[in-house]
Amino acid sequence: MEILLLLGAPLVGGALLAVFGYRRWAPELGVAASLTTFLAAAALTARVIRDGPITTFGHQFFIDSFNVVLVALTSFVALTTAIFSRPYMRIEAHRGKVTVGALRLYHAMFQIFTFTMLLALTTNNMGILWVAMEAATLSTVLLVSLYRTPESIEAAWKYFILASVGIAQALFGTILLYFAAEKVLGSGGTALLWTDLNQVKGSLEPTVMSLAFVFLLVGYGTKVELVPVHNWLPDAHAEGPTPISAVLSGLLLNVALYAVVRGKVITDGALRSPFAGNLMMGFGLLSVVVAAFLLWRQRDIKRLFAYSSIEHMGIATFAFGMGGVAGTFGALLHMTMHSLTKSAIFFAVGHAAQKSGTQIMDDIRGLIRTNPTIGWGLMLGAIAILGMPPFGVFASEFIIITTAMREQPWATPFLLVALGTAFAAIFGKVQPMVFGETALPRLPHPPALVPVFVHLLIVLILGIYIPPYLADWYRQAAALIG
Amino acid sequence: MSLSGQLINVLAAILLLIAFAMLSQRRILSLIELYAWQGVVLSASTFVVAYSTGQGDLYFSGVLTALLKVIVLPWILYRLIHRLNVRWDVETLINIPTIMLIGIALVIFAFNLAQPISAMAGAVTRSTLGIATACVLLAFLMMITRRKAVSVVIGFLAMENGLLFAATSATYGMPMVVELGIALDVLVGTFIFGIFFFHIRETFDSLDVRHMEKLKED
Repeated sequence: MEILLLLGAPLVGGALLAVFGYRRWAPELGVAASLTTFLAAAALTARVIRDGPITTFGHQFFIDSFNVVLVALTSFVALTTAIFSRPYMRIEAHRGKVTVGALRLYHAMFQIFTFTMLLALTTNNMGILWVAMEAATLSTVLLVSLYRTPESIEAAWKYFILASVGIAQALFGTILLYFAAEKVLGSGGTALLWTDLNQVKGSLEPTVMSLAFVFLLVGYGTKVELVPVHNWLPDAHAEGPTPISAVLSGLLLNVALYAVVRGKVITDGALRSPFAGNLMMGFGLLSVVVAAFLLWRQRDIKRLFAYSSIEHMGIATFAFGMGGVAGTFGALLHMTMHSLTKSAIFFAVGHAAQKSGTQIMDDIRGLIRTNPTIGWGLMLGAIAILGMPPFGVFASEFIIITTAMREQPWATPFLLVALGTAFAAIFGKVQPMVFGETALPRLPHPPALVPVFVHLLIVLILGIYIPPYLADWYRQAAALIG
Repeated sequence: MSLSGQLINVLAAILLLIAFAMLSQRRILSLIELYAWQGVVLSASTFVVAYSTGQGDLYFSGVLTALLKVIVLPWILYRLIHRLNVRWDVETLINIPTIMLIGIALVIFAFNLAQPISAMAGAVTRSTLGIATACVLLAFLMMITRRKAVSVVIGFLAMENGLLFAATSATYGMPMVVELGIALDVLVGTFIFGIFFFHIRETFDSLDVRHMEKLKED
């Protein structure tokens, strides 16, 4: 029942907005749809915590404590982003950067995008998971090119081609997975159901499964932003509207990583060797190190935080690869913290860039003086994402690094050097933007900064104190996939 | 080898031939025709597999393929190049012999890659998985070597055809709900590519992807 509402609200909202998207109250309608989605997700979460994993609609949907974490997170960030989009897109329209038609496209596609992500998270069918991931690309590509500047068209084209080619690899991986499963489960509808696969994973053909996992990792990895298939993200972030950067970084990357982890659980069962985990650790670590050093060279503020997303997804991928209850717990916590913090940063960055009229960091100065809330939002967000205590990212990175010291000591120097480099790069660039000298006017509409501080507050609270039921919930999820 | 097995092998060979033809075809209109022929071969092979294994689902899948890949998508593409007025465009492809040689190397690589898996596949479709993988790689090569946005997209669609062929030949088709979903994605994707072509032309006055290589790290 909750699932029906969870998936129905954004779908109906998207359809309505496609028709009424040009009205004045369209953004409010979008917020209402997102709020309904969030309430449905909250009800679903409560039920899963109470009753344990559920499957519905002839086993086509499956919710356990692992994906319900992400469902709750996705619907929450989608809601705050919808709230943030309201004034943000109004200011963009006020400045003539987008037309009324583009606004309609924006509001409708945002809801459809939420729908595809929630479908990918809740479905039990590995094939439908693929379909939903591809649909998520399709729904965002026209949003990246919303401003119709030459750069944004180029970014969207790159995103479209790279993500489509990547996801084609994932389809091949899914076909191979089905090929292996069909031998055990028989052909027909059930052979791609994750719950069924999970029961028989021990008897799946290991050679086929290892090949299938490689293709799944490369395919979905294109969307997780693993180096070396990360090229589209910085461009898409820099040229698209900021709310879209927030949901791409905060949510889509998580959903793609979720798909990889689902594949890993099956592959681990079939192979009985750490093959899948080793691959994930390797790619994850490579992403962390490469992204940390590329941070130095950025001049555009949104590109800077795009590379920071690559770095953090690398950390989460590494931690999932390490496995075990502690590693997986850290990875889940890190995904949550990164989503909340990074979307908050993008909200603040969006207004900072709107205010200064540029995204080039050298030209953004003195935010603290012209608009203290934006300035503090950006500064606190940057401190949080850099893993300073007492914010939650510190807690998750601490868990991951201490686990790495115990399980994979060779990897810790790389992680620590990369984190240090990232700290110096980001802090050095954000500090003058916030505290430098400036003489700029105020914005025509008051900015929506409530979401920024709500997100940061949650991250702060979770950094200081994780309530026991929440820790239990994460631990359950970690035990499921560790 | 049974008659249906031989038929499938013949169709697979034709598919590979079409993949090579696409690699060297310079006229956009002919590319679309080749793509439609690929759809014909694909649905024919689906019907043969359906007949020889007696799986009712596969007939639907064959009809779906025929509708989508022989009629709807080529028609959309044809309308697009008509509207964009690039129907008679001829692409300058340099080094066709080199591209062909790389293609041959890719085919050999694909057969090696598919070796351990096709050893386990059903008797009817044993040797076709290698060809399917080869078609995917050749389409990928086409995407890399092309300069016009329309040809890049046709390359992408051809890649999807290769994947579908892999699915039918190795596993007798994916579950119906998944096939429908994939078909929907491809259809929506083609529409969006279509809208996108107009955006690209409006912005750059041409459909050449070379205009879109400016965003780089400083």
